[in-house]
Amino acid sequence: MSQVKEKGVIKKMEKNHINALKEIVGEENVLTGIEDLYCYSYDATPGHSHMPDAVVSPANTVETSKILKLANDNHIPVYTRGSGTNLSAGCVPTKGGIVLLMTRLNKILEVDLENLVAVAEPGVIVAELNKEIASLGLIYPPDPGTVATATLGGTVAENAGGLRGLKYGVSKHYIMGLEVVLANGDIMNTGGKNVKDVSGYDMTKLFTGSEGTLCVITKIITKLVPAPEAKKAMMAIFKDLDNAGKAVSAIIAAKIIPATLEIMDNATIRTVEDYAKVGLPLDAEAVLLIEVDGNPTVVEKEAAKVMDALKANHADFVQIAKDDAERDKLWAARRAALPALAKLRPTTYVEDATVPRNKVPDFLREVSNIAKKNNVTIGTFGHAGDGNMHPTIVCDIRQPEEMKRVYQAMDEMFKAAIALGGTLSGEHGIGLGKLPWMEQQHGPIAMNAMKAIKRALDPNLILNPGKLVGEC
Amino acid sequence: MSDTITAKDINEQDKALLSDLQDALANCMKCGNCMEVCPVYKEVGKEAAVARGKLSLMEGVLKGAIPLSAAFDTAMAKCVSCKACTAKCPCGVPADELILRGRQAAVKARGLHPIKKKVFALLKNRHLFDFALRMAGIFGPLTFKKIPGKMAALARFPMPGMDYKRVTAPFASTPLRSQYPEVIKVDRPTMRVGFFTGCTINYIYTDVGQSVINVLKENNIEVIMPSMQHCCGTPVYMSGDVDSAKILAKHNIETFDRYNFDYIVSACGSCTEAFRIEYPHLFHDDPKLKDMTEKLAKKTYEISEFLIDVVKIDKTKLGSVNATVTMHDPCHMARGIKVTKQPREVLKSIPGLHFVEMKAPDRCCGSGGSFSLGNYELSRKINDKKIADIASTNADTVVTSCGTCRMHLTDGLFQNNMNQDALHVIQLLDRSYQAGHQK
Repeated sequence: MSQVKEKGVIKKMEKNHINALKEIVGEENVLTGIEDLYCYSYDATPGHSHMPDAVVSPANTVETSKILKLANDNHIPVYTRGSGTNLSAGCVPTKGGIVLLMTRLNKILEVDLENLVAVAEPGVIVAELNKEIASLGLIYPPDPGTVATATLGGTVAENAGGLRGLKYGVSKHYIMGLEVVLANGDIMNTGGKNVKDVSGYDMTKLFTGSEGTLCVITKIITKLVPAPEAKKAMMAIFKDLDNAGKAVSAIIAAKIIPATLEIMDNATIRTVEDYAKVGLPLDAEAVLLIEVDGNPTVVEKEAAKVMDALKANHADFVQIAKDDAERDKLWAARRAALPALAKLRPTTYVEDATVPRNKVPDFLREVSNIAKKNNVTIGTFGHAGDGNMHPTIVCDIRQPEEMKRVYQAMDEMFKAAIALGGTLSGEHGIGLGKLPWMEQQHGPIAMNAMKAIKRALDPNLILNPGKLVGEC
Repeated sequence: MSDTITAKDINEQDKALLSDLQDALANCMKCGNCMEVCPVYKEVGKEAAVARGKLSLMEGVLKGAIPLSAAFDTAMAKCVSCKACTAKCPCGVPADELILRGRQAAVKARGLHPIKKKVFALLKNRHLFDFALRMAGIFGPLTFKKIPGKMAALARFPMPGMDYKRVTAPFASTPLRSQYPEVIKVDRPTMRVGFFTGCTINYIYTDVGQSVINVLKENNIEVIMPSMQHCCGTPVYMSGDVDSAKILAKHNIETFDRYNFDYIVSACGSCTEAFRIEYPHLFHDDPKLKDMTEKLAKKTYEISEFLIDVVKIDKTKLGSVNATVTMHDPCHMARGIKVTKQPREVLKSIPGLHFVEMKAPDRCCGSGGSFSLGNYELSRKINDKKIADIASTNADTVVTSCGTCRMHLTDGLFQNNMNQDALHVIQLLDRSYQAGHQK
């Protein structure tokens, strides 16, 4: 029987589709029980959940290709998933269909010491890759908060960043090539091991951060870098937020690029102090945590310069870690930021609105005003060095009246970031969470261009439909 | 009974239990950090295996989105109760306890598994239980073949609920409490201590019980093993059968309260946890038992903890034990009663003993108490990682502080063709005292 298939029209999965999937990956790798499906209806983003019709775990690229061909021919939506730790509802199967679980593709295929490159499958946990290469004196720098659970594929698809973004950049700076399966099942290779490569459109960069909307990643070629030999951590407490902002600028102006340059606002400081009793003054407007790394001699010199910059900008208290134990102590406050905030209320939204570095104090003040105005609890901490803030809203999603105020505050916050020349997302991705503000940031022309790319690569709109660029 | 019982049905059965859960479950922010540490998830790789998935399933039942089905029950059962998720959780969600609540809900709605039902019915009757396990000791050799030189045995033929290849420990021909008088006197005792033996030590690992008694005697401590003591109740509690757990707990509380001991000592992390944490929890709303349990909880110690923190053993009396030893921390020691330093201090007190720390000593061995009965293959896979960690230390002996861990480690060593001894910490200390006498 022939069927007229329109673009973007989702067909309900039939029994024969399930059977076909079982034939491709084996019976035990297709989950259809309602309890299992419920377990894949969510990710780490509050407020978004929808049941898939099947959860399918392929073992390799060929199986992945067959699954996509089947899904494309039958207009079944496909939601690629790693560990499901993303914060933008990126892998919630909003239209049912298939959750494509990539965790069985979990092998590190090659560590090439001559080219300083690793080749790995998408299901490898990021921390496992780092464990594997640590003994070789190498690191893969992107280290999102979920580094111990997130898959490499997931972090590449979300273009994840981390605490070392200022000096080391984010995922896209390390991805040299990919093997992907396109929506129709075709297998495509991009990039490779070449340090310099300007042949054709940079498809590697396009697919990195495409959030499962353009392809399914099945192999990843990453750049590795030498592990820093030494590290030095410092902390500064500021009673005046502007001084903290000036100190950040002064450090960069001194031509020092710390690996880590973190800030916590007053709301976060008070929550952390209440929870962990690390000795932070409750009236402090900002705490900075700075870590420089690299060659031991250079690290010493840079640390001294950082300390000078902090003092010159009227830090009310400064401390430099003399050993690992002291370093751990300085880090304790920053590490406690999210757990302390999360424990306040049941629901936690960790946002990642980002502004140009010199606008960080302005943004923090805006967020604090927005919180007050809407009577919402927001603690902001984040990566001051790269302007990537994490305004963290804690609330109770079961209280509709409160949630109205939360959504209002979110709306004002994202608009404030855009008005300061910032962006909706520094490292978590757009997914569904930030989709409502995409047009405001990019305008209709850029949105149309992005949608055109989506339609060209996924004409049946089966890959993570409705996310990142919205309905096409 | 129909296979689908919805949230509405349970709601009517136990509203208090549910409203309680609702708030606790809402605190899980679904970050998935539990995936890093869950030994079951590491093997199974499916969301329903990890705490985040299990808590979501409970939420789903509460929302009426999914039924309280057999598959729900199975998901709840696939947990070794190692508490690693709870220790890791940034939101402070007590996931292990919530999973137990999930099991309780399943028991309330669907009843206990028929095999467990039979075993627990037996367990509730102390005389019958004692009789059955004594018989197992006497007739055991007919069904189990002992492995020479080890406290270990292989089944001679397939038995229901048991894997044929699996190595367990033989039941003792005479239980520990029948080998001694109830009161074990010493000259001029410094204190009177009640020894809660627990089932594995009384019926299986009597060697551990003997060592506990020897060591306490060395320290001039009068040991009393109340003859009426019974299973601590942890196995039934962990299966979600709270009513039976309460019967056992109440019996033990009243038994031990009568003696007015200076201290209560156990050589098992889970038994200690029962007295110290679970009993007060079970009777927090019963004014009479609450006081009694809290009084007992305060004077209950795990044996290594007792010897280091309370007795403060005289290390000059110890003789040399030549062994290279590594240690596995039972989950209920590490994350239950949080006792990890004292057993190490015991080992480091022993002259001649070379202690080597293994990788991740507090990672679950896969036993999970009775978990390994229903999920043997899975518990083996988790255990294989532990055995590999033991192997890489080159130790000749692995010690622990839990009977079921010891049993599972013994099985793992056997299945992996390794020859290391698996013992309780206290057995090495006992040897050291004996060597001290020969000095």
